[in-house]
Amino acid sequence: MPWSRIATDQNEPEFFRENELPGRRITYAEAIREGLRQALALDERVFVMGQGVDDPSGMFGATRNLHQEFGRDRVFDTPLAETALTGIAVGAAMAGQRPVYFHNRPDFLYLAMDQIVNHAAKWSYMFGGAVNVPLVLWACIGRGWGSAAQHSQANQGMFMHAPGLKLVMPSTCYDAKGLMLAAIKDPNPVLIIEHRFNFKQKGLVPEEMYTVPLGKGVVRRPGKDVTVVGVSHLAMDAFHAAQELAAESGIDAEVIDPRTLRPLDEELILESVRKTGRLVVADTGWKTGGVTAEIAAMVAEKAFKYLRAPIKRVAAPDLPTPSGHTLESAYYIGQPDIKKAMIEVMAE
Amino acid sequence: MNIVAKTRRDMLFSMLRIRRVQERIEADYMQDRMKTPVHLCVGQEAIAAGVCATLRRDDSIQSNHRSHGHYLAKGGNLPALIAELHCRSTGCSKGYGGSMHVVDVSVGHLGTSSIVGGGIPIGTGIGLAFQMQKSDKVSVIFFGDGAADEGVLYESLNYAMLKKLPVVFVLEDNHWAVCSPRSTRQVADNVFLKGAAKDLLFAAKIDGNDAALVYQTAKKAVDRARKGQGPSFIVCDTYRILGHAGCKAQDPAGYRDTCEIDAWACKCPVDTFRAACLADGTVDQALLDEWERDIASEIEAAFRFALESPLPGPQDLHKHLFSE
Ligand SMILES: Cc1ncc(C[n+]2csc(CCOP(=O)(O)OP(=O)(O)O)c2C)c(N)n1
Repeated sequence: MPWSRIATDQNEPEFFRENELPGRRITYAEAIREGLRQALALDERVFVMGQGVDDPSGMFGATRNLHQEFGRDRVFDTPLAETALTGIAVGAAMAGQRPVYFHNRPDFLYLAMDQIVNHAAKWSYMFGGAVNVPLVLWACIGRGWGSAAQHSQANQGMFMHAPGLKLVMPSTCYDAKGLMLAAIKDPNPVLIIEHRFNFKQKGLVPEEMYTVPLGKGVVRRPGKDVTVVGVSHLAMDAFHAAQELAAESGIDAEVIDPRTLRPLDEELILESVRKTGRLVVADTGWKTGGVTAEIAAMVAEKAFKYLRAPIKRVAAPDLPTPSGHTLESAYYIGQPDIKKAMIEVMAE
Repeated sequence: MNIVAKTRRDMLFSMLRIRRVQERIEADYMQDRMKTPVHLCVGQEAIAAGVCATLRRDDSIQSNHRSHGHYLAKGGNLPALIAELHCRSTGCSKGYGGSMHVVDVSVGHLGTSSIVGGGIPIGTGIGLAFQMQKSDKVSVIFFGDGAADEGVLYESLNYAMLKKLPVVFVLEDNHWAVCSPRSTRQVADNVFLKGAAKDLLFAAKIDGNDAALVYQTAKKAVDRARKGQGPSFIVCDTYRILGHAGCKAQDPAGYRDTCEIDAWACKCPVDTFRAACLADGTVDQALLDEWERDIASEIEAAFRFALESPLPGPQDLHKHLFSE
């Protein structure tokens, strides 16, 4: 699959940055890998597991060659037994280890749904806080080249529904590292869902260890006319759409990247909507009962009187992903759809 | 058990045809016209061909991401397969599925999952339906050693034994799951070879590159299933000659020993069986030459058909989510 031939690495755009440490430019995969490497070196309870973490591609580069440095006791391949291995990671986490379990696609997490939702997410609550599960799960959404219905699902909506699970969707190299370290540090189960498109980016990343707090979103572009919430790589698409719109018609959009969907930084979104009175929410997952539905409902509940136009959602159609490239291009949403939605809410 | 000459000829033809189709896909892949992640089965043809030679058209198979050989051996339509790889509306899945999701209901092929192990319980359920319908049809499930890591294999086998279902589980042990050797995933031979009582499960481990042996073993299993005597589990030792996905140029270097690949290439199932068939007079060189010409023109026609076929468009996107 010539993923690498589809587009070359690109520098992240010059978006608004606040409270970020200075860094040097590295790739998205290098950023995650650096975070993992530092966590493995700092804390001997941390270990990395997953199908192919030690193979030549090393999870698109995120885990490449870590087994050489830390040994196969701490960075190891697993059988294709997602159900049991998730439970095994849960057990190891309860008993004092800090597992980071990698999957190259979130589609395979469905095999582990029982251990994730029935067990990991409930354990602390079910026993009155007696036992916690410091587990990190990681998976990367695929897209394109006929990945089709079972290898390209953006299923964050399913996981956002489950209380007791933290859900992270980074969009920059800086956050990919900082959120990985925050997830490992967190005493609870945390699911990080990445997107293959992010892996084409290069961004500014500090060499030292740092965490990006779970539950804190970020403004990628301040603006006053319309709020756009963009999840994962759609934060970048929203940023580009906003820049285009500003240049073409002077519409000044505020772009918010929530970074974590659970806990969700509600206040950041509400504060922006109170200012702009208009909201577009963009997510790579399905529309019905998904992330855009949740964010739109939250704003309708908590900031209805500030809204000057109906909320617009930009999300994947309620369909499995088709494989053919012509169907794929009809299926996927991105920058043009976000721009169109912004124009529409501005016209209301 | 002697295999009649016609069956031997059909098997050899089937293997050759699968091989030539794979080679053509491989050769064309870098052109980027097949925008789908292909998983080629070069080196494993004897299993698909040998097992399917024991089946009737109305028997069923479940396959996996490495789907082309099973599909063709069961009698799946070649132009529809090639059109599917080219994302065309004339493809077997009308361009919605791609290489990992092929189907041909007319030959008992009810669709393919790309979730490893996904077809195992489904094939078991097809066996349950056959039993409920009081038919003597058989359900065969092809899966890899990677799928044998999944717990669902245990659950399905247990159920098939419990209900004496007409199901044949065919494990194609090609030693690798992507870049993971079996030794990092399994400790020894699969437990089912030693675990279950003979009357519950017919189990065998065989050389999966020996087409005649595959046929003979599958025949026992299929006959047993047809007579309502229950499931079988056949482990076929084989090897994936090409990379996990894509073409040769896309197989990453370094994860497996090139000597290992060379050694298995010497045990090529197609070469071995062709030589045996020539030696015992099942075929002669003239027939082989004729077959090669026929296969080449059939493949040429299938690719032409695919490239001349229409692509689906936005108007098709919302079709087929539900059956009308
Ligand atoms: C449940 C699940 N886990 C992981 C994957 C990714 N994956 C696709 S094919 C494959 C290897 C499968 O190995 P095997 O079953 O032996 O079949 P082979 O590719 O060797 O023919 C893996 C890990 C998947 N598709 N489904």
